[in-house]
Amino acid sequence: MRYLPKSPAEREEMLAAVGVKSIKDLFSTIPEAYRLNAPLNLPAAMSETEVIDYFQQRASENSVGYTSFLGAGVYNHLRSVVTDTVLQRGEFLTSYTPYQAEISQGTLQAIFEFQTMMCQLTGQEVANASMYDGSTAATEAVLMAERLTNRRRVLVARSLHPEYRDVLKTYAKNSGLRVEEIGYTAAGTLDSKGLQAALREDVCAVVVQSPNFFGAIETLAPLAETAHQCGALLVVAVTEAVSLGIVRPPSEADIVGMEAQSLGLAPSYGGPFVGVIASREKYVRQMPGRLAGQTTDLEGRRGFVLTLATREQHIRREKATSNICTNQALCALAATVHLTLLGKEGLRELAQQNLSKAQFALKTLEKIPGVRRTFTAPFFNEFTVELPRSVKMINDELLREKIVGPFVLGTAYPELTKHALVCVTETTSRSEIERFAATIKRALEQPL
Amino acid sequence: MSNHIKKAVRHIVQNEGLIFEKSSPGKRAFDLPPLDVPAADAPKTLGESYRREGVAGFPEVSEIEVLRHFTRLSTWNYAIDLGMYPLGSCTMKYNPRVNEYVARLSGIATEHPYQPQELSQGCLKILQLLEKCLLEITGMDVVTLQPAAGAQGELTGLLLIRAYHQAHGNPRKKVLIPDSAHGTNPATAVIAGYEVQNIKSDAAGQIDMAHLREHVTSDVAALMLTNPSTLGIFEQQIPEIGEILHAQGVLLYMDGANMNALTGVTRPGDLGVDVMHLNLHKTFSTPHGGGGPGAGPVAMKKILEPYLPVPVLVEKESGKLTLDFHRKESIGKVKAFNGNFGVLVRALAYILAYGPGIRQATEDAVLNANYIRKGLEGVYDLPYTRPSMHEVVFSDAIQKKNGVNTTDIAKRLIDYGFHPYTTAFPLIVPGALMIEPTESESKEECDLFIDAMKCIAAEAQATPELVKTAPHNTRIRRLDEVAAARKPVLRWKPAEKRSKAADLSSAQASF
Repeated sequence: MRYLPKSPAEREEMLAAVGVKSIKDLFSTIPEAYRLNAPLNLPAAMSETEVIDYFQQRASENSVGYTSFLGAGVYNHLRSVVTDTVLQRGEFLTSYTPYQAEISQGTLQAIFEFQTMMCQLTGQEVANASMYDGSTAATEAVLMAERLTNRRRVLVARSLHPEYRDVLKTYAKNSGLRVEEIGYTAAGTLDSKGLQAALREDVCAVVVQSPNFFGAIETLAPLAETAHQCGALLVVAVTEAVSLGIVRPPSEADIVGMEAQSLGLAPSYGGPFVGVIASREKYVRQMPGRLAGQTTDLEGRRGFVLTLATREQHIRREKATSNICTNQALCALAATVHLTLLGKEGLRELAQQNLSKAQFALKTLEKIPGVRRTFTAPFFNEFTVELPRSVKMINDELLREKIVGPFVLGTAYPELTKHALVCVTETTSRSEIERFAATIKRALEQPL
Repeated sequence: MSNHIKKAVRHIVQNEGLIFEKSSPGKRAFDLPPLDVPAADAPKTLGESYRREGVAGFPEVSEIEVLRHFTRLSTWNYAIDLGMYPLGSCTMKYNPRVNEYVARLSGIATEHPYQPQELSQGCLKILQLLEKCLLEITGMDVVTLQPAAGAQGELTGLLLIRAYHQAHGNPRKKVLIPDSAHGTNPATAVIAGYEVQNIKSDAAGQIDMAHLREHVTSDVAALMLTNPSTLGIFEQQIPEIGEILHAQGVLLYMDGANMNALTGVTRPGDLGVDVMHLNLHKTFSTPHGGGGPGAGPVAMKKILEPYLPVPVLVEKESGKLTLDFHRKESIGKVKAFNGNFGVLVRALAYILAYGPGIRQATEDAVLNANYIRKGLEGVYDLPYTRPSMHEVVFSDAIQKKNGVNTTDIAKRLIDYGFHPYTTAFPLIVPGALMIEPTESESKEECDLFIDAMKCIAAEAQATPELVKTAPHNTRIRRLDEVAAARKPVLRWKPAEKRSKAADLSSAQASF
């Protein structure tokens, strides 16, 4: 087998050195009745070419050649080949968690740079080395708020990504945390009256997403004030991090739980992505996950180490802040390289392009009789429209034109069955937007 | 530099500051295609939400500077690609490059989790084949590929157990965890809403059966067992343990972190295990990437199937695959979307390359561990003498007499051109040296490792100071971790720019 570096003679030599006759002797502690005597029933071994062929065939059964208007938490953005070139350096790809700082400075400094960029983007004071993804980051942010306030109720915007809410509920179920939902207004933003009514002194956190699942941008300052009046923390989830290039950062939040997939990671059918937790310095000891910190070596040179590990599971065991061991280091590196490539000006221009394309797409769609914008709040690169017919039917029509239509909001919001969540990024060309609109127009003109 | 050191020599590496310190306004490394629609008036469109300037402090550099910056950083890392990485319990094996290639294919990396399922049959077939392979390897009935990593797999497993007991009238209160277990096990049990009861190991490193019997009551939900244990020893009593647990309705959870010792040789499902997680980034070779991403599928017996997290992969009568999100008794969602798909792709590519021959990898891994054990027995203290599986755990008892501990030996190993073994673990061995070579090491590399460890043992006796102050040949020396934790500096701030010159000059002075 090409991955195994031993010849048959070397195996014999090593067995002899160990002092056993056959390799079977090394497995003698496994009770005989439980040892497998036949080979596993797996597909026959493949050469490299055959492995590639297998996956190329699977790829051809997917959506290659389609244009997509899907966002809803996973975004298609341009990525530079430089990012992938860096990621494929074996020193990054094939190294472990940087516990041995002297020979892990590359990973550690990159994490430190990632933490810095996440602070700059979110307007927060401290960010960790990353979490599994946005859904678990938002959930861990709530659990952190629970520890900080010692309260057991959490108020969550219904406009928080439906899957994020589901993950939170899974984690909350057994920790005695009560999750309640707050509705949205005609603007598409959090219902502040509903929030006022539900907010009492037993609430640990108010959780909103901005831009929220409908694409609407929330005004955070008054929400923070309302939450703080009751001693609750404001947790802000972000699923489209590119928005922070042009939209005000959630600096009023006490904790930010963000998905950074759109900063250099492929959609990859839903993962691996990279979650971020950012917060205020005073809360750092209740933060979950790894943290890289700056220090000096014996000779006074700057270096980086994993720090504040006494919060973590491998030291604290059942008293840890979280059970998480891994971060998403390589994905965080991708985001760091991607953001470095974009730089200050590139990120601003990228965000500006997204905003412009989405505005253009909305205006183009609004020209179709019967199509109207659902909500009035400002949006970034995603918006909700109401269609005069079922979104599912329109999407079937779009598929015939090799277009993957918008997210069908009715699947997560029964009250919005005729509404669609449209996403347009810098990768969507004007002609694709026009073809998309023309197809919808044609579909709506067909007799029922 | 000691002339005993055969594997490594020093060579020049570049100094490099933080990327923020290289920034100069007006430089950029990425150009966008021109905007083909009218530019939106951002202040007007966004109103109050408009951010008036770009992100303050963001770097402004050119493409060559970006590439050099990260390439220079990369040269400060040790990696499997450079040599043996004998971290016990971490299974640092070769990461085949074809796996990286296929995960990046157009039609694989490009797919959106919400695209219609009729346009996702390729992705779903990959998931289905991986499920089948993992079930065959573990001998279990059902598997979920959802969890993002081992720790999330553990949590998923315990939530399944909880749901099962709940459906039988009572979620129960406690989870039993052997004292040799990894710290994640107790942390996870608490998040799943359970109290932790530690179970002692006996003198041979096996579960103390009397102690176990005493604690197995109808209050207990599960035992979390790592097998082979963190001592690298196969838990021989596992069938009997299963019987004791099952008699009280307690389920047996297996932490599959050490599956690299068992694949193709025996199957947890046959051993009485009810539910287990796998770390695909260990046994199935997906890259650790400096600490993630991973994937932690959970395999289980039929009795737990009703509680699977959503979505669940289903094959329709037509042969079409679909994801089922509507399952009444499900524990819910553990992570958004469809698991760490890109990691799952790599794991399948790994399994397909081996086929049934994957047993050879297990055999070579166990052979390497035993070869190293034989080579170092007597040189280092072996606290548990039962046969080793894929890893061997020594202690620093002999070297401690000269004031040299496991961390010192580990740091000195760096000078010899190796990544250290695991030092902090398992807790039941004070001063542990936990060595897991994996199947990816040749006899030559194992010999070099044994040789290095013997040299260090000799140094510990003759020149203990040399070992205690190691590493000596790295770019930087031991770092002040106490200062890092006492006054944490967790991000760069512009004011720190002043120290740049000082950093450079002191770094250069060391050469």
